[in-house]
Amino acid sequence: MDFSWIFEYQGLLVRGAFLTCLLLAISVTLGFALAIFLAIAQVGNGSIARWISKGYCTFFRGTPLLIQLWLIYYGLGSYLPHIPGLRTSFLWPVMREGLFFAALALTLNFAAYQGEILRGAMLAVPKGELEAARAVGMSARMILRRIWLPRAIRIGLPTFAGEVILQLKATPIVFSVTVMDLYGAAYKIRQDTLLVYEPLLLVTVFYVGLTFVITQVFQKLENAVPVRR
Amino acid sequence: MLAIAPPGWGGVLLTGAVATLFISSGAYLVGMALGLAGALGKLSGFRPLRYTLNAYTTVVRAVPELILIVALYYAGTDGLNRILAWAGLGPIEVNGLVAAVAVLGFVQGAYMTEVLRGAILAIPVGQLEAAKAFGMRPTLRFRRIVLPALIPNALPGFANLWMSVIKDSALIAVVGYQELALAARVAASNTKQYMVFFLAAAVLYLLITIVSNMLFSAFEAYFRRGQRPVS
Repeated sequence: MDFSWIFEYQGLLVRGAFLTCLLLAISVTLGFALAIFLAIAQVGNGSIARWISKGYCTFFRGTPLLIQLWLIYYGLGSYLPHIPGLRTSFLWPVMREGLFFAALALTLNFAAYQGEILRGAMLAVPKGELEAARAVGMSARMILRRIWLPRAIRIGLPTFAGEVILQLKATPIVFSVTVMDLYGAAYKIRQDTLLVYEPLLLVTVFYVGLTFVITQVFQKLENAVPVRR
Repeated sequence: MLAIAPPGWGGVLLTGAVATLFISSGAYLVGMALGLAGALGKLSGFRPLRYTLNAYTTVVRAVPELILIVALYYAGTDGLNRILAWAGLGPIEVNGLVAAVAVLGFVQGAYMTEVLRGAILAIPVGQLEAAKAFGMRPTLRFRRIVLPALIPNALPGFANLWMSVIKDSALIAVVGYQELALAARVAASNTKQYMVFFLAAAVLYLLITIVSNMLFSAFEAYFRRGQRPVS
C-alpha cells in the first residue's frame, strides 16, 4: 500500500469530494421538489396529470441511470447548440458543462424514486386527519400544505434516508460524462500513478464515511418527530 | 438505422440486450446461491461465521456499486492470476462475461442474504416447531417447510433485486464488456445519432423491466395461493 500520492493530488481530491457533495445536494433538493409534484399528480384527480406522472416514474425507474445520463448528455446535449439564442445567452457557459447534464440526470432520476415513495406516504396518512382538516373548513390547497404533505413527509422519513444513500452511491457514474467528481479524481490518479487499489480504497472510505453522516443526520431528524407510543 | 441487418444497428442492440439478460440472470443465480448460504450462515449462530457475513453484507451494501465493480473486476482477475502463478501455472485472460457475472453476483449475494434472512425469520416459529415435533431432520425440514414458506415472503425482495441487477448490469459497460448500454454507445458514436440509440436502449430496458414486473406479480399470486388475503 502506497499512499504517498495523496499530497500531490490533494487539490484534485478535495475538489472531487466537493463536486460529489454538490451533486448530491442539488439532486436531492431539486429532486425532492419535483417529487412532491409527481406524488400530488398521482394521488390527485386529474387523470392526464396522473398518467404523465406514472409514465415518468416508470421510465426513470425502469431504465439504468447510466442510460439516462448518456441520453441526456450525448442525446440532449447534441440538440442544445441548435436552439437559437441559447449559445449567446448567459446560461450557455453553465449548460456546456458535463456537470449540468450530470446534475440534471441525477435530479430527474431521484425525483422518480422519491415521487413513488412520497405517493405511498401520502396514501398512508390517516383519512380521519384529512377529514378533520376539511371539517374545520380548510381549502384543498391549505390541507395539502398544512396537513397532508407534512404528515406524509414524516411518515416517509425513514425511507428517505435510504434513498439519499442510494443516490450518493449512484453519483460516481457521472465520471463517464467527464465530471471530475471524487471517483473521477480517483480514476485519474489510477491512470497517472498506475496504482490499482489505493485510490479506490481512499474514495471508498470517503463514501462510507459520508453514508454514516447521512444516517446520523436522518436519525436526528427522526428523533425530532414526536411519536406517541 | 435501427434495422437488424448490418447497415442498421438494431442487431447490435438486440445482441446487447441478450447479453444484458444473460449477465443479469447469471449474476442473479450466483447471488441467490450466495444469499441462501449467507442467510443460513447468519442464522446458524456460529459467531465467527456471523461476523464475517455481517462484514460482507455491510461493506458491499455501503460501497457504491461502480467502485465495487471496478475494484472486483481488477482484483478478481489479478487475484486469480496470482493464485495461478503461485500454483505454477501461467496467467489466463479472464473471460469478460464470466468476470461480469461473478462480480455482479457477488454484489447481489449481499442483498440476497438480507432478503432471505428476513424471509426465513418471518416464518412463524410454530410451523418449524411442528416440523421438529414430527421428527423431521434439518435437511428435510428445510426442503419441505422452510423453503416453501420463505418463497412468498422473499418474492417482493427478489423482484426488487432483479430490477436492480438489470440496471446495475449497465455499469459493466464501464469496464468494457459489451452489453446493452455499451452496444448503444458504440452504435451512437458510430452514427452520431445519440438520441435515437440511447432512446432505443432505454425502451429495451423498459421492456425487460415491465415484462419482469408482470412475471413477478404472477409468481407472487401463484405462491400466495391459499394464503388469507391481507385486508
